[in-house]
Amino acid sequence: MPKLSLSEIQKVARLARIELANKELDKMTLEVGSILEFVDNLQSIETDGVKPTSQVTGLKDVWREDIVVNCQIPREVLLSQAPDVQEGYVKVKKVL
Amino acid sequence: MTELEYLSIGKAHELLASKKVSAVELAQYYLDRIKQHDNKVRACLYVCEEEALEQARLVDDKIAAGKEIGTLEGIPYTAKDMFLTAGIPTTAASKILEDYIPPYSATVIEKLNKAGAILLAKVNQDEFAHGGSTENSAYHTTHNPWDSGRVPGGSSGGSAAAVAMDFGIFSLGTDTGGSIRQPASYCGVTGYKPTYGLVSRYGVISMASSLDVIGPLARSAEDAEIVLKAIAGRDEHDSTSIELELQNLAPANSCTIGLLGSYNDLEQVKNFTDAINGASEFSEKEFIDPALALATYYILVPSQISSNLERYDGIRYGQSTNQANNIYEVYAKTRDEFFGPEVKRRNMIGTYALSAGYYDAYYKKAMQVRTILCERLDKLFEKFDVLVMPTTLTPAFELGSKNDPVEMYKTDILTVSANLAGIPAISIPAGVDEKTGLPLGLQIMGKQGDDAKVLALAREFQQKTDWHTQVKAIKR
Repeated sequence: MPKLSLSEIQKVARLARIELANKELDKMTLEVGSILEFVDNLQSIETDGVKPTSQVTGLKDVWREDIVVNCQIPREVLLSQAPDVQEGYVKVKKVL
Repeated sequence: MTELEYLSIGKAHELLASKKVSAVELAQYYLDRIKQHDNKVRACLYVCEEEALEQARLVDDKIAAGKEIGTLEGIPYTAKDMFLTAGIPTTAASKILEDYIPPYSATVIEKLNKAGAILLAKVNQDEFAHGGSTENSAYHTTHNPWDSGRVPGGSSGGSAAAVAMDFGIFSLGTDTGGSIRQPASYCGVTGYKPTYGLVSRYGVISMASSLDVIGPLARSAEDAEIVLKAIAGRDEHDSTSIELELQNLAPANSCTIGLLGSYNDLEQVKNFTDAINGASEFSEKEFIDPALALATYYILVPSQISSNLERYDGIRYGQSTNQANNIYEVYAKTRDEFFGPEVKRRNMIGTYALSAGYYDAYYKKAMQVRTILCERLDKLFEKFDVLVMPTTLTPAFELGSKNDPVEMYKTDILTVSANLAGIPAISIPAGVDEKTGLPLGLQIMGKQGDDAKVLALAREFQQKTDWHTQVKAIKR
């Protein structure tokens, strides 16, 4: 795997929704590159036909009854942690 | 007054039940210790003095009324700042959660609360548990109680330092790749990572959901087991949690022991074979190249982190930028301002590994190697009940000595496999390094659900040796 270019890092930062200052971008490019180099030895392992493991419990389809359980925590307590609130709602900048 | 230094849970319970010490006196003893000594190690982020004393008074009322108390009733403990505690600040040692007051508590905190255990303080860690030294805390660095020029390990470094300093009898930590065991090893205490799913993750700040587990750091395997029994069990709020019969522990002499043969010259391994007979060696080839396990880990974990940390959006809770002109900038500038460097790095790696065109080469590949690793371990567990190896290859390193992220990652080289396979593992003190005088940890792993066997062997070792009591000799 080739190391990353500056423009690739910018693209990833945008996907991750993290704004990085120009100075930080250079450092990040180097560091991310060296971490990718470090994990590169995985490519030497033959994995054709090997099933991927996404979880190790073996649990399957854990269901519960589809019933409404009322939240015990008062609305004001939950809203008290939001940075911007108006008339009992969380306030967000225009999305569309 | 009765001697209170380095009490075990059992001994503290005995003192409380026989009215030799009151719960308030006991809590006050630890609160005073924190006041006197925390400036040397800086383990604590928030001390809940009033709440602790209030709870202790309730226990004393119960004792005064002649009622019987449970094993954990009145037992003071600390918790890593990853655990939500209703009404008590919880930051994950991140600036993005500065001033955050959770509206509810994690299931494990609730369970300990019901059992009557007393929360003394929230303790330091690497930001969002990303790290192995606690130097990534956005608030301050914690120092190793044995040598203030060294790290306590991490990410549960505050928990390990707190237990070693006798700030409470045990501490709750989280372990995604070694974050309980590595600091336990560096601070000379016992750190136990249960089988994945055995303890509910509800209300614990997520790092990598398919690997995260919760467990105790304590004075001994015996204490760790008491805590485990109080916090384990299926929780309807965590669909990955499981119920496991924690039967009375089988004696370890019925247990076949495999020893990773590559490290026989290390002090802690020699001390183990001196104390416990009958271990047979297995090779690194039968295990898996630890470097490969580490590489697998450092793809899977940042990927799951990048998805779990999306919730910090500057909108619903936590800190938010005031520099944003649109919704994109609310996310992007909030994360830039309030995430530390390692958190940003892991987000970037994860986002890259999951992005279009790279998923197969990184994430899928790592999940496949995870399968191979699990199969190798299954094979070893056909031959052995438990596997023994060092927890870390060196004692605690010096503060500021690992500036390269990859060098820091390598301290987890022998611990990550247990997380990838979801198996139980414990680190116990098993020696003291001649050159530095620092503690050395030994790791015991078992197969999934064999927590009892792992704990039994650790207990047997601790019955035959006194390495786990060396922590009392720390110079303060």
